[in-house]
Amino acid sequence: MRAVFATWAGKLTRVLLVASRRGATALPGLVALTLEPRLLRTLVRGLAHGVVCITGTNGKTTTARMLAAAAREAGWSPVHNRAGSNLDRGIVASLLADASWGGVAQGDAGVFEVDEASVPRVLGDLSPRVLVVTNLFRDQLDRYHEVDALARRLGATIATLPPSTILVLNADDPLVAFLADRHRGTVAFFGIDDPAIGGTERQAISDADRCPRCHAPLSYQRVVLAHEGDWRCGACDFTRPPRDVAATRVALAADSVTLTVAGLAAPLRVPLAGTYNAYNALAALAASRALGIPDTAALRALATVRPAFGRQERLEALGRRMRLLLVKNPAGFDAVVSALLETGQRPRLLAALSDRAADGRDVSWIWDCDVERLAAQAEHVVVTGLRAEDLALRFKYAGLARERMTVVAGWRAATQAALATTPVGGELVILATYTAMQAIRAELAADGHAGRFWED
Amino acid sequence: MDLRIVHLYPDLMSIYGDRGNVRTLERRAAWRDIAVEVRTCTAGETLDPEWADLYFFGGGQDRGQHLVGADLASANGAALRSAIAGGSAVLAVCGGYQLLGHQYAPQTGPVIPGLGVLDVTTRATKTRFVGDLLAERDGATLVGFENHSGLTTLGPAAVPLARVTHGHGNNGKDRTEGAVQGAIIGTYCHGSVLPKNPWLADLLLTWALRRRHGAVALTTLDDREEDAAHDAAARVARSRR
Ligand SMILES: [Zn+2]
Repeated sequence: MRAVFATWAGKLTRVLLVASRRGATALPGLVALTLEPRLLRTLVRGLAHGVVCITGTNGKTTTARMLAAAAREAGWSPVHNRAGSNLDRGIVASLLADASWGGVAQGDAGVFEVDEASVPRVLGDLSPRVLVVTNLFRDQLDRYHEVDALARRLGATIATLPPSTILVLNADDPLVAFLADRHRGTVAFFGIDDPAIGGTERQAISDADRCPRCHAPLSYQRVVLAHEGDWRCGACDFTRPPRDVAATRVALAADSVTLTVAGLAAPLRVPLAGTYNAYNALAALAASRALGIPDTAALRALATVRPAFGRQERLEALGRRMRLLLVKNPAGFDAVVSALLETGQRPRLLAALSDRAADGRDVSWIWDCDVERLAAQAEHVVVTGLRAEDLALRFKYAGLARERMTVVAGWRAATQAALATTPVGGELVILATYTAMQAIRAELAADGHAGRFWED
Repeated sequence: MDLRIVHLYPDLMSIYGDRGNVRTLERRAAWRDIAVEVRTCTAGETLDPEWADLYFFGGGQDRGQHLVGADLASANGAALRSAIAGGSAVLAVCGGYQLLGHQYAPQTGPVIPGLGVLDVTTRATKTRFVGDLLAERDGATLVGFENHSGLTTLGPAAVPLARVTHGHGNNGKDRTEGAVQGAIIGTYCHGSVLPKNPWLADLLLTWALRRRHGAVALTTLDDREEDAAHDAAARVARSRR
């Protein structure tokens, strides 16, 4: 009875929010969970195909989106927490959106992205059939503390999962691969096996220079992104595990990635650029196989997947093309910048740094990003955001000449200034932290250049 | 003129934005036509006590702290101690700051002995000091972001780097932030402390150059971006209290 009442309250909140044209992403869940704390457990029990949880530092949203698309293509009705409100209240809100007023979820599968810090709290309630871990990098330290501690807590949670849960892990990330030791059931690994992808040089940002098992230095045959690559421990027998889903060839293009995967009838193509999206696609394919979704459905779904909020979204304004790139941490920044520069362009940028809770209060992470590489190729940068001065200083020390940078306060003024520096027919790249991206997107939406993000 | 910098334990003690400090020293020297060479030295490698004018020692995770503590207990610790005695300057942030003291007592497990070149001791607690920090020193202001659960107390040989006006600093009680002893500076302002505090970067450069080049008067740089970022961070620190 409490569940029914809580469902009603949550759904009512959602109806009111939608009616008042505000995004209904998390508040209905908060209302319902306050009334019935066990609601999450009750709601997911009704999902016939079970639940997939996707966690990790980067790539959660895009991977979840790809997997939900594959499930839909297979004829399922996945419930998916889309708007990036990736806490338990966001999950409950998404279940409520589809639930009947009697408290029964209408979908038949759950595809949920779960914030790595929330995994210990919500995994028991969600009892996932499949758990995907994309990667583990340093994130906003003031919120999640240290990546080692995070990996330990994640491992402890995985140890409590039943053997029936299938773990999908990134073989190329030693911190993630190490989690397999803690699981009693099946583990499926994915990775990039194309020898042409990645270099031999160690990248500046790495959170796993040392073996997670014995703490000896790791050696890399190939470094793909940050500490992802072809690694092995120099001291103990811990090595990159064999890949169940492996890309033997990765073709990078300006707006897409095409992967050759053993066992697939055709190449896997996703309309999103960058090596990091190759990893997202491999994670989605491995998870979709773990769920028993036919490869043909996954292939079709991934070929037409649309980007999520700020994940290479493309918009147009005043005859200029815009590409929206959300950045949250050094590994994500470097991955996004690599994807941008891989095709040899000299981008014009609107770069925005803010320091609200969702961005990270501590802005010093920008000093761990490879801004030097971006500064060397950027044509012009308009810098804005609540911490614009910090970002401008970072660009200065990265070697960007003063005449190629303008600091503009205010979202509207900055957006207009950036569009003005971009020739008609040209592209403006918008690189922004979470709340900065929301603010810029709201400016573009107000002028009719973009939809509202919860409508996507 | 030339300057030699060693970044200590970059793989183990470089938790958040620490590279920004090294980059700032590098650039501010280069902008003054001082040739800079940066080398790294990590656990298991051999530290040459004669080479560097300036050492940078950043913050780490617990695991790093243990490995580095063990390395400092070996020949590398003795080498660093002799380098400091020979006049090399040091900037140590957060975990590095703690390890230059007499000891670091974690919440559980054995005490990690420090190098003992700074007259400070640190003990881990359950509370974590996280947030923007603002402190004053002889008319200059220090801005930074602190994130530590260690409480550090200064002995008589170390003097505070600055007096806290907003935030917690060494221990949240005596309003002190960081420590100075000879040419060693320790601070809890992690990550990008030097870019936004160019006076501190220049102070370290002056101390470092003194070792092989004597007293050097640094030329003035155009610090408008540095000053703007400093003032913005100070505004944030004031508004969050
Ligand atoms: Zn090992």
